[in-house]
Amino acid sequence: MQDKNNLIVYCEWDGSRVADVSLELLTKGRQLANARGIQLEALVIGSDLDDVESQLFPYGVDTVYKIDDPRLFPYTSLPHASAVINLFREIEPEICLMGATTIGRDLGPRVSSCLHSGLTADCTALEIGDHTDAVTKTEYHNLLYQIRPAFGGNIVATIVNPEHRPQMATVREGVMRKEIIDQDYEGFVKDLDPAKYVDPESFVVKIIEREVEASKVNIKGAPIIVAGGYGVGSKENFKLLFELADVLGGEVGASRAAVDAGFVEHDRQIGQTGVTVRPKLYIACGISGQIQHIAGMNESSIIISINSDPEAPINTIADYVITGNLEEVIPRLIKYYKKNSK
Amino acid sequence: MSLRIVVLAKQVPDTRNVGKDAMKADGTINRAALPAIFNPDDLNALEQALQLKDAHPGSTITLVTMGLPRSAEMVREALYRGGDGGVVLTDRPLGGADTLATSYSLAQTIRHLPDGYDIIIGGRQAIDGDTAQVGPQIAEKLNLPQVTYAERVTVSDGKATIKRRLENGFEVVECPLPLVVTVTGSADACRPRNARLVQKYKYAVTPSELEGLDDRRKALVQSRPELLISQWGVADIEADPEQIGLKGSPTKVKTVVNVVFQAKESKRLDGGDDAGLEDLVKELITDHIIG
Repeated sequence: MQDKNNLIVYCEWDGSRVADVSLELLTKGRQLANARGIQLEALVIGSDLDDVESQLFPYGVDTVYKIDDPRLFPYTSLPHASAVINLFREIEPEICLMGATTIGRDLGPRVSSCLHSGLTADCTALEIGDHTDAVTKTEYHNLLYQIRPAFGGNIVATIVNPEHRPQMATVREGVMRKEIIDQDYEGFVKDLDPAKYVDPESFVVKIIEREVEASKVNIKGAPIIVAGGYGVGSKENFKLLFELADVLGGEVGASRAAVDAGFVEHDRQIGQTGVTVRPKLYIACGISGQIQHIAGMNESSIIISINSDPEAPINTIADYVITGNLEEVIPRLIKYYKKNSK
Repeated sequence: MSLRIVVLAKQVPDTRNVGKDAMKADGTINRAALPAIFNPDDLNALEQALQLKDAHPGSTITLVTMGLPRSAEMVREALYRGGDGGVVLTDRPLGGADTLATSYSLAQTIRHLPDGYDIIIGGRQAIDGDTAQVGPQIAEKLNLPQVTYAERVTVSDGKATIKRRLENGFEVVECPLPLVVTVTGSADACRPRNARLVQKYKYAVTPSELEGLDDRRKALVQSRPELLISQWGVADIEADPEQIGLKGSPTKVKTVVNVVFQAKESKRLDGGDDAGLEDLVKELITDHIIG
């Protein structure tokens, strides 16, 4: 088994569970590692990591690296960065994936700066492919294509890191799908000595207060989403959407414009800077359809757009376009649903 | 204790309000149709700096920006709101930089600030790239601690206390100075321009801007040195040519494509069409989409 040049996922630890985004990246990482013929590795840094490997092996992880120390949970930038950097200098990963979260987007750039390796933020797709430098004509094989939207979502760029390793990328939660590949998959566990990897001088930032609660909203897993945009008009009007979602057994989502306007809380935001969703039914209410929003929902099975503007851009990707005011349309949909469902 | 505060800011195209004329007929971006603005998160960062200056009389705010020569506008904007000066880093070899080369160039600039620094504050991310990488990378290059996603920054006894916005909550951290802080868009909005300061600084220019102006303006700037905005190039920051611009960028753009979503053939209904709406609901129930 080779110890170097593998694909490693930095796994976020909330004290008892590995974060969903990390499991999604392990699923993607397994596919990429197979395509490259390399091993899939997971790195977990935190405390109380006793049986963390049992959460990771089903995703096809070949090696779990653990660094377990009470001072390493909750996450702080410098101790985690020093541990990742020291480990990477030893195992020289070919590819490193992290969640595009407040942790991954804090840690990734620090690590990439120190190792002088490229990092691409918020990728929406990752593939393996070849590359020829346009100027030098040098050919590179089996690079990680880091595909991401840029320029407010109006373009999609494919980024490569031809010369530097690891090739690093972050991906938002919900962009990749998590999938257990084998409940009985077994890999190796390497319990690393914190004293050897974590710089003792790195504990400079002290957490003096912390309030984190499990998300109340589960947009990502909802089969039906009723989403509102700026066109909903007010927090008050959003109640209509909550009513419809409640009747249909769905969740309420929102565009960035609606969140920025304060109509609903941030964890309902769908799109490139929010969550990516793929429900079986997506009802877009008063959403014009900025490209950033569409990128986060266009894989929905059925899309209904309710908009007073018949020319709203979102209508072009909708299966059903209802032209009218939400106040007249939503109560009717509720009425007909109650009448016709058993 | 007065503080030497450095604010990092970027002039960006306004990608949030991309109108129909922003895309050309051939599908490429019409940059000219997008106004250049002060990156939104950087305005939140400037406000945190101004609040620190309010709380610590005698503090100074130096704005550092890298970009085209017209980024001098960024320094003027900071002066109008209570900043004290700035550096525009602009030079051809700096172009085409990815986040790593950008952070190196900015770190070199900060190292060369004549008065040094106690706290470096930037926005979380810029809207043209949304990477959020340059702040932490500068911190690493300067060997400083970093606190990202900051919503409120206060300083006392040589320590910063910072409230951070996390996905499902917040945390408050304490960190000794100096450090790098990146501020999120949910922090306090930036105060407006101050009319008195606009009067005071409206003729502030960089040396290259001054070249094109008449003798009266040149004499004015000569008599009031606070009106001269520093403009630095590669030589001023003693940058390693291997680490700047395209050459210093490990990431390369392989391809760029415009985003086009597959249009569907939509069934259209009027909001007042009761029978149509009922049929739609029935259809969704029959297809087991709902119900």
